[in-house]
Amino acid sequence: MIDLAVKIDNLQLKNPVMTASGTFGYGLEFDDFLDVSQLGGIVVKATTSKHREGNRYPRLAETNMGMLNSVGLQNKGVDYFVKETYPKLTKYNTNVIVNVSDSTIEGYVEVAEKINELERIPGIELNISCPNVKEGGMAFGTSSQMAASVVKAVRKAYKKTLIVKLSPNVTNITEIAKAVEDAGADSVSLINTLLGMAIDAEKRRPVLSTVTGGLSGPAVKPIALRMVYQVSKAVKIPVIGLGGISSATDAIEFILAGATAIQVGTANFIDPAVTIKIINGIADYLQRHQIENITNLIGALEI
Amino acid sequence: MNIPNWICLYGNKLNSVKKVIRDLEVIENKPVGGNNFILLLKSTENLPPMRPGQFCQVKVDKAPEVYLRRPFSIHSVDYKAKTLTLLIKAIGKGTTVLSGITQGERLNIVYPLGNGFSLTMEPNVLLVGGGCGVAPLLFLAQTLKEMGIIPTILVGGKTTEDIPRLEAYRKIAETHVATEDGSLGEKGLVTQHTVFKTRLAEFKRVYTCGPEAMMKAVAQAAEALEIPCEVSLENTMACGIGACLCCVTETKEGHKCVCTDGPVFDSRNLNGWNIDKASACSLPYIKTE
Ligand SMILES: Cc1cc2nc3c(=O)[nH]c(=O)nc-3n(C[C@H](O)[C@H](O)[C@H](O)COP(=O)(O)OP(=O)(O)OC[C@H]3O[C@@H](n4cnc5c(N)ncnc54)[C@H](O)[C@@H]3O)c2cc1C
Ligand SMILES: Cc1cc2nc3c(=O)[nH]c(=O)nc-3n(C[C@H](O)[C@H](O)[C@H](O)COP(=O)(O)O)c2cc1C
Ligand code: FES
Repeated sequence: MIDLAVKIDNLQLKNPVMTASGTFGYGLEFDDFLDVSQLGGIVVKATTSKHREGNRYPRLAETNMGMLNSVGLQNKGVDYFVKETYPKLTKYNTNVIVNVSDSTIEGYVEVAEKINELERIPGIELNISCPNVKEGGMAFGTSSQMAASVVKAVRKAYKKTLIVKLSPNVTNITEIAKAVEDAGADSVSLINTLLGMAIDAEKRRPVLSTVTGGLSGPAVKPIALRMVYQVSKAVKIPVIGLGGISSATDAIEFILAGATAIQVGTANFIDPAVTIKIINGIADYLQRHQIENITNLIGALEI
Repeated sequence: MNIPNWICLYGNKLNSVKKVIRDLEVIENKPVGGNNFILLLKSTENLPPMRPGQFCQVKVDKAPEVYLRRPFSIHSVDYKAKTLTLLIKAIGKGTTVLSGITQGERLNIVYPLGNGFSLTMEPNVLLVGGGCGVAPLLFLAQTLKEMGIIPTILVGGKTTEDIPRLEAYRKIAETHVATEDGSLGEKGLVTQHTVFKTRLAEFKRVYTCGPEAMMKAVAQAAEALEIPCEVSLENTMACGIGACLCCVTETKEGHKCVCTDGPVFDSRNLNGWNIDKASACSLPYIKTE
């Protein structure tokens, strides 16, 4: 029997495949394509203390093997989430994780406190790495000191599993990872999008309304893989790897690099059922290599 | 009045139709003038019920620079034959690759997506299309005809080549043409066409799809006469299913996704599409003699 189950702090994942925030809606958008409960977990769209309209259109630019987005945390706010969205998510028999964002420490804490009350939400992913908002967001994730202070404050308010999502837009990601580990994070997930830009040469204008945006998709995979490798060596808490994962082989590579679980993001747009294929592909890989337990593969890179 | 099957089955809750990912076989790829071509696609199983104005997301293989799927309106449907058609204009990387696709190849599509036009029982409706924007209007005209409503159709483009499928429209209903160079029909924009200038007030509803500037002019003229106007937007998309929030348009109720709340909107709900009522009659394209 192949065992795909992994553990992130107190979260029991039936397999290491999760979905990345902002790319899988609330799961509901994908009900037609797959049984969401088969996934190890889902991370729903960023939730902030107040309603946010997000940035202006255009928010999307296709790039070679990837895309730039500047959605800017559009969401209806935590109160709406608790009242309207959460009841629809309790049907899922999997870990539903809420991605928590804001522009102030008080805002992060407010959201975390409210989500803490929701019985069927076993953890949050603290987004200190959004490149698409003017203040807050990535600012918290690019300085060890600020990252530690927001994680400390949220740690006090939040009792369940606290995952912190790291920004790749830094010189040394292991420093930030260690800082949030010391501040009380139970796990880190990486990477969020890489700050990028697209220009329409004919019109001599930027493609995105915000000029710059966050790069995701296969194009970022080598960078993500390197960062997951470095961070998993630097911290003791479990690492969740993501960035460009589109196939089971990609997922295995992240696990070999040290990730306990992985998230699938932009690839959901190309094939809405890709996550199920990845789960099956991982099982096939283990069978082929006669590895009974996926945990034997975590960080098993031979150098 | 004949009501199409799917309306009886699903009423206005067409959202309950399951979206699917399917490989469809290319039966025919037919050039139809200009850079336009029609793909006839066949499914091995029954087609899901579709509504005019809905679209599909096509995966473009063999094009390394094309990463995301490309959205195209459903141009026509034949449930019996299990076929549907897309009318596409080759304007860039993905559409150019698709224009070279050959019979027997397979296209991976996600469909049916979006809300579609709301159907009316009003007998007098006007369909206004510009260029490739005529794509969803054929399916709409066919459906209206099945319901016993014969629409009036007005299509425009820069030149004759920009008006694909004219014969198909003429089979269904009275179809008028405007070209900017005067090579076909009346010379000028659709909003300068005699039908638009003199008969607009006769219609109880206007449906339009095409370049945004054209749709805006049509919508504002309709609004001035208090005729509801439905417009089909073509914002760039990533997921097509309401997950990424990339395709938003500004509405009276804030940002809405064109892929799920649209692509069809009542123009009155869109920000920046309205006319200042007071100046309505001074607009050049509104003449209601
Ligand atoms: C709901 C919906 C329905 C559509 N229905 C049809 C249809 O029935 N037939 C049809 O031919 N087209 C339709 N379109 C437009 C079609 O999706 C685009 O033309 C196509 O995605 C362009 O792909 P490309 O790779 O060839 O262009 P690219 O190489 O990606 O781009 C070439 C140029 O076209 C511009 N462009 C790209 N996408 C769009 C877009 N969506 N709208 C306007 N400009 C764009 C780019 O900015 C660029 O300048 C529809 C779009 C939407 C959102
Ligand atoms: C359209 C879009 C919206 C996103 N929104 C969020 C978000 O709200 N919160 C967040 O932490 N990450 C967000 N991300 C980042 C992804 O979760 C992920 O970190 C990134 O895309 C890299 O993974 P990928 O290459 O597999 O997509 C978003 C990404 C995309 C493409
Ligand atoms: S294209 Fe993703 S939400 Fe519309």
